[in-house]
Amino acid sequence: MSPGGWFQKGSKAASKAVRKQLDALPDGLWTKCPKCSEILFSKELEKNLKVCNKCGYHSKLGAAERLAITVDEGSFVEMDTDLVSVNPLNFPGYESKIEKWKSASGLSDGMITGVAMIGGYPVVIGVADFGFLGGSMGSVYGEKVARAFERGIDEKLPVVIVNTSGGARMQEGILSLMQMVKTSAAVAQFDQAGLMYIAVFADPTMAGVHASFAMLADIIIAEPGALIGLAGQRVAAQAQVLKEPPGYRLAEWQLEQGMVDMVLPRRELRDTLIKLLECGARR
Amino acid sequence: MALNVLDFEKPIAELDVNIARLKHISEEEGVDRSAEIAALEEHRDCLIAEIFANLTPWDKTLLARHPSRPYTLDYIRAIFDDFVELHGDRLFADDKAIIGGFGFLDGKSVMVIGQQKGRDLKERQFRNFGCAKPEGYRKALRLMKMAEKFGRPIISFVDTPAADCSFGSEERGISEAIARNMREMSLLRVPIIIAVTGEGGSGGALGIAVGDRILMQEHAIYSVIPPEGCAAILSEFQRDPRRAPEAAEAMKITAQHCLEYGVIDEIIPEPLGSAHRNYEIAAANVKAAITHSLSLLEKVSPDKLVEQRYQKFRRMGVFAVAPKAVEAAQAG
Repeated sequence: MSPGGWFQKGSKAASKAVRKQLDALPDGLWTKCPKCSEILFSKELEKNLKVCNKCGYHSKLGAAERLAITVDEGSFVEMDTDLVSVNPLNFPGYESKIEKWKSASGLSDGMITGVAMIGGYPVVIGVADFGFLGGSMGSVYGEKVARAFERGIDEKLPVVIVNTSGGARMQEGILSLMQMVKTSAAVAQFDQAGLMYIAVFADPTMAGVHASFAMLADIIIAEPGALIGLAGQRVAAQAQVLKEPPGYRLAEWQLEQGMVDMVLPRRELRDTLIKLLECGARR
Repeated sequence: MALNVLDFEKPIAELDVNIARLKHISEEEGVDRSAEIAALEEHRDCLIAEIFANLTPWDKTLLARHPSRPYTLDYIRAIFDDFVELHGDRLFADDKAIIGGFGFLDGKSVMVIGQQKGRDLKERQFRNFGCAKPEGYRKALRLMKMAEKFGRPIISFVDTPAADCSFGSEERGISEAIARNMREMSLLRVPIIIAVTGEGGSGGALGIAVGDRILMQEHAIYSVIPPEGCAAILSEFQRDPRRAPEAAEAMKITAQHCLEYGVIDEIIPEPLGSAHRNYEIAAANVKAAITHSLSLLEKVSPDKLVEQRYQKFRRMGVFAVAPKAVEAAQAG
């Protein structure tokens, strides 16, 4: 059918079809900013790396989106794709949750690792996806992170990890908790090899991930507005942090406390990573 | 007395009262009732054995938190000939929730650290309920580094509900303190023995729980999050903290489970009716386990110690390796 064929016909059915096409357009064409409620043109938002151009809110990125804006195009080769979660504790409902998140996200776990180039620098990179059980760290997650550092040691490559996680994965109980030690010990080994480890804290970087390998990076870059800390609101409320000052535990607050090196808008992240990788490159 | 009795301990406590009364009467009247008392005691011990044979993970949670349970200082007093407490992190403050110092174990000096809970309300507040702040973990690390410097083994007693997550602790980097301790402990070139004696409360425990031999008392727990917290967060439990007993069951937090999953090396037996019923036996068992572990580790060279410790934690976790059907995904 030639474009505009329907209009030539001028039939009622044709105009209905056009209206249908038009009706279909607004879905996904516009996006409401979750923070300031500004209606944003989706294509513009994508171009702006999912940052609201009115209030600067940094929307969460999936692992693939994050890789796309971080590494050199086509350079990422995923590793350890064959590691899959099981239900070691027979935790009620865990398998169905995993299956649900697997099909929803298209990922095998909340942590994707591999090798890639950033501005021509080869790196081992790990990227978390909050969409997969809140980016929670279970056995697979911890194993992938540990292997990422070991690969860094073996191939003398720097490691970059982009975090977004609610913490350890409760459904794997004590085994999840032990991933904190496993990953921290892996960083200890990596440190001794004299290699650079850069962590990016996207919203949120909390609890078991924050209090282990994430905080052990040589350089920590936080995204604006990211929630960063040991205890989330629910836990903090239990600990009777009654009067939370404005901005408490957000990236900018953590910068003031000296807990991160910088808070960077998303569009500056890649260029800064490249500069830092130059500073950590082995001579 | 009735204040510190758990529900499932009540029948035991009643017998305890009766036995005490009989003893008192026989003393007052000068009548020999020892046969009667012995029979009652035997009956009580059978009852305890019966009750303790069927403990649920939630019962164990309550035992691990028992207000009469021996705490770190009780063990230190019973196990070591002498103890020289050292204070402060040299950065900010002295945290009362973590104690540390040199102890003498059968005459040999070692570094002792541990979380300390309080007995009465005042002491509980003083010890911050055993919840350590960044300065506690930093004090512990300072002392452990000192132990490394002098080639002394480290013995760490773990008993905490969780790390402190108040405003001040977040401000001073509680996450950093815990993470740093795990990293540094994984590299220390002296033997480290961990004894989980009460609550192994998530990251708060890990900050002083990386070691070569992990011992755990029979009725202690070790958990990624308190059962109440797990139940309050997960939809599996309708986000209802009152379903904590189910969460305790699901998370497999007991010493027996931890051994099964390879997270600990050894279970330390407790006296009949749990540690709080007999401090002497409880402490003697802990001491025996520590001494035995030390004898195993003393012969190992520092290089091997560090390598074995890394591999120990490196192995923890359970996952499957799927057949390589999935092509390495390309993105970016």
